[in-house]
Amino acid sequence: MKDFHEKKYGMVIDLDKCTGCGSCMVACMSENNVPFKEDETKKRLSITWMKVYKFTNGKSFPETEVCYLPRPCMHCEGHGGHSPCVSVCPATATDYSTETGIVSQIYTRCFGCRYCMGACPYHARYFNWWDPVWPKGMEKQLSPNVSPRMRGIVEKCSFCYHRLQLAKEKAYSEGRREVRENEYQTSCTQGCPAGAITFGDLINPKHEVYKLKKDQNAFRLLERLGTNPKVYYISSREWVRRAGDNYLAHEKTGKKQNH
Amino acid sequence: MSDSDEKNGQSGIITLFFILGFIGSLLLGWIIFPELLYSKKEQPVAFNHALHNEEVANGCESCHFFREDGTFSGVPKLAQCVECHEEPIGVSEAELTFVTDYVAKGREVPWLIYSKQPDMVFFSHAAHVKMGKQDCVTCHGHIGESTSLKPYEENRFTGVSRDIWGGNIAGISMDSWDSMKMSDCDKCHKELTGRQTSVQTQRDACFVCHK
Repeated sequence: MKDFHEKKYGMVIDLDKCTGCGSCMVACMSENNVPFKEDETKKRLSITWMKVYKFTNGKSFPETEVCYLPRPCMHCEGHGGHSPCVSVCPATATDYSTETGIVSQIYTRCFGCRYCMGACPYHARYFNWWDPVWPKGMEKQLSPNVSPRMRGIVEKCSFCYHRLQLAKEKAYSEGRREVRENEYQTSCTQGCPAGAITFGDLINPKHEVYKLKKDQNAFRLLERLGTNPKVYYISSREWVRRAGDNYLAHEKTGKKQNH
Repeated sequence: MSDSDEKNGQSGIITLFFILGFIGSLLLGWIIFPELLYSKKEQPVAFNHALHNEEVANGCESCHFFREDGTFSGVPKLAQCVECHEEPIGVSEAELTFVTDYVAKGREVPWLIYSKQPDMVFFSHAAHVKMGKQDCVTCHGHIGESTSLKPYEENRFTGVSRDIWGGNIAGISMDSWDSMKMSDCDKCHKELTGRQTSVQTQRDACFVCHK
């Protein structure tokens, strides 16, 4: 069956390469004008479009193993573009694009009911409890390509959509309709010093992610919910792959469960 | 005097008050409210588009050009004006003020941009002009033929230029350049591209024009 997307942008993150350094989080926050507060100790109130989770295999020394898992928005396709958050939004503030496969969030349409946050199984959505305040002088580093948010609305990772807009603009001015793979890359992808994140068009055989998503060890988070996410993870470790979803003791991880 | 006469007299007064009130509300809504809603500012320098258009070689793109990365320069910076106006080259008073107040002091002119969209809007000139082959006039009207700049009107609540909503308070536009609301963009997108990439709305996806 032919995919209904024109492009289907997605990510493959190699968890064996991720060192948990947090560069992707920093790159994301500075790229997308993500607000922070003076006191960021209450992580429950922090806004982190990209968040690195740490988990272990639960065994004691010397068998302990640690894995770091960067979690952007999964840009779920669901079935036919009905991702969990898009389905529940009463304001059409969040939408699914068949042009890119990206789940958009329009801040001026959102009125802050937070249904989408409840619907998202990945905790990828964040609520602005306060108006953003940047320390004096820091507002000068804000990117004009990303509109800042206000109190009372929900925000989330956009796969650095503004970078595609700018890449398209450049392509158009050169008389091209197609954007090259290296012209549209997310901030976290470029910020990762380990090269753990790969970004591209999942349905374009020429793109790196097309090959990587077919890796034997590739899996997606909570895949069996039917959210059909566009972020793939790779790990050679069985316990890491098992942590990606809820498995019964006799069930095996692997390709078979993929939709 | 009979009862019915009295009633007729009363209903006449009621009708009169109704008509007066009706006219009053119409005046309030259609004339007084728009006057109050927008603040008026004059542009810092009196600029004559028609005059410049005759002098330059490449039409609008002589001053409003595309940068190498595909972005659009919009309103010219002082550096561009200085290319010709280092010294006054005409006799007009406006030019003299411009040279003494801005060029000589190296100050940028704080132009007020009629077509400036709100913050959450992404507009690509390259997509419309280079790829879509649209004329400047389609959205900007015949400003290139104007001899003076109209006052800049700003919505007191939103801080957005009146040209975005358009002059008509009801939001009705006769020509394609009358207003630049989302519905205006969407109308043209629907007619010219017919794309339905938004799952929710069956129109062009939100992340085409929003950022």
